[in-house]
Amino acid sequence: MKDERTLGEVLLAKGVSRRGFMKYCSATASLLALPPAMVPRIASALESARRPSVIWLSFQECTGCTESLTRSSSPTLEGLIFDSISLDYHHTLQAASGDAAEAARHAAMEENRGEYLVLVDGSIPLGNPGYSTIAGISNVDMLKETVADAAAVISVGSCAAFGGIPGANPNPTGAVAVNELVKDMPVVNLPGCPPIPTVITAVLAQFLTFGQLPDLDHYGRPRAFFGQTIHDRCYRRPFYEQGRFAETFDDEGARLGWCLYKLGCRGPITYNACATVKWNQGTSFPIESGHPCLGCSEPGFWDEGGFYQPISTARIGGGTALGTAVAAGAAIGAAAAAMSRRRQAKTIKEG
Amino acid sequence: MSATHPFGAGPRGNIDPILNEVMHALDRLLTDNESTAIDLSSLPFGPGEIEELEEQLGIGEIKAELDALGKSLIRETIYPGVWWLEHRNTDGETAGRYIEITRVPEILKAQDADIGAGLKQLNRRLEPVGDAAVT
Ligand code: SF4
Ligand code: SF4
Repeated sequence: MKDERTLGEVLLAKGVSRRGFMKYCSATASLLALPPAMVPRIASALESARRPSVIWLSFQECTGCTESLTRSSSPTLEGLIFDSISLDYHHTLQAASGDAAEAARHAAMEENRGEYLVLVDGSIPLGNPGYSTIAGISNVDMLKETVADAAAVISVGSCAAFGGIPGANPNPTGAVAVNELVKDMPVVNLPGCPPIPTVITAVLAQFLTFGQLPDLDHYGRPRAFFGQTIHDRCYRRPFYEQGRFAETFDDEGARLGWCLYKLGCRGPITYNACATVKWNQGTSFPIESGHPCLGCSEPGFWDEGGFYQPISTARIGGGTALGTAVAAGAAIGAAAAAMSRRRQAKTIKEG
Repeated sequence: MSATHPFGAGPRGNIDPILNEVMHALDRLLTDNESTAIDLSSLPFGPGEIEELEEQLGIGEIKAELDALGKSLIRETIYPGVWWLEHRNTDGETAGRYIEITRVPEILKAQDADIGAGLKQLNRRLEPVGDAAVT
């Protein structure tokens, strides 16, 4: 049944105090990369926001994207954002199955016509519809039927966004990304293998708070999270500038935390927020653990050559892309960091 | 494995720029009564850098703990008007870190909605039993 309660009412029913709510709004501002000065606006918008209905479709996937989100959700603050949507269909998480589950999907579509969000993880096989079915319905049919009256579609993970592993050479199932099939409505791509859970909840929070989808780049990714490369924001960057590189995983350079470029780091050509948002509740990110970035949020990252070959020798644009990316990265990095800092430090007039 | 920083033992990557920003914000607080909040979560800190920033700001006169959706630690630094805020979730994991340059952080002030709820509760408590049974 359609939940008519506002988010403010839902939180109040959970016994969340006003201070708790403000804390929640601060976390939301952080998630959306908005300055803390926006917290009062977020609070008043969220208080009266209605819980959006979400239908989550899982196609050719490994469930890693759902794991990424659910492992991090309860009981974090971001988890509350996830709790504050009305997840009306998710065949991995819901108790109902078969006809009852499909009836729930149809009911959610009917009751929230034009207003519900469709989240998709996994790619869609076009080679033979029988490669992947749910309740006897092929993935392509289920996608087309479900998005018909949706407000927007969010492709969660590199498989839904770009085809991912199923779409890697030789692509035996004819896997395609969601936006190759859905052309007449907004599709937000949240790539990553898996995507950063914070990024998923941030997009939901933005929709919830402002009723809007984020500003997107040319690959349909939110600019707030995919606007800069890992390299732009990497704390090992000063070593890169000085030409100090680890040559093997156990040499002196590796021990001293030098740049991982020569060990295959794709940071210079990978747009994602790992270096700032980080993983596991902000604990760290792969480079901080001594492992190069694999470039998992870029299209076709599985087919770009060996993960441990420097990108100058990997098969990316015949090798010239790197030179450009590295040179531009060096110039952009410092300015981007300064701009971002300015953005974070917006001021509020005291009342 | 601990990573050494290319700037050696001196000031590290983000710390000096942030301290500079704090200094300008303090000046604005004093002259224009303008508050500033810096969200530390989107800055690219290397291992140990955030702890070093915390250490440089030090511990001042006031420490407070808020218990709402997990703990929050709020304390003034050795620079009056500069506050270190750390929000944790119910598992004790850090959910956000901020430096606020203000007289009193907003989250410490009692909020009207909570004051109202408390007032109602107190009212009910003081209602004579007979009256309560009537209503
Ligand atoms: S190449 Fe990789 S490790 Fe080196 S600075 Fe760039 S992102 Fe960091
Ligand atoms: S560091 Fe690179 S490979 Fe690792 S999760 Fe982030 S974008 Fe993906």
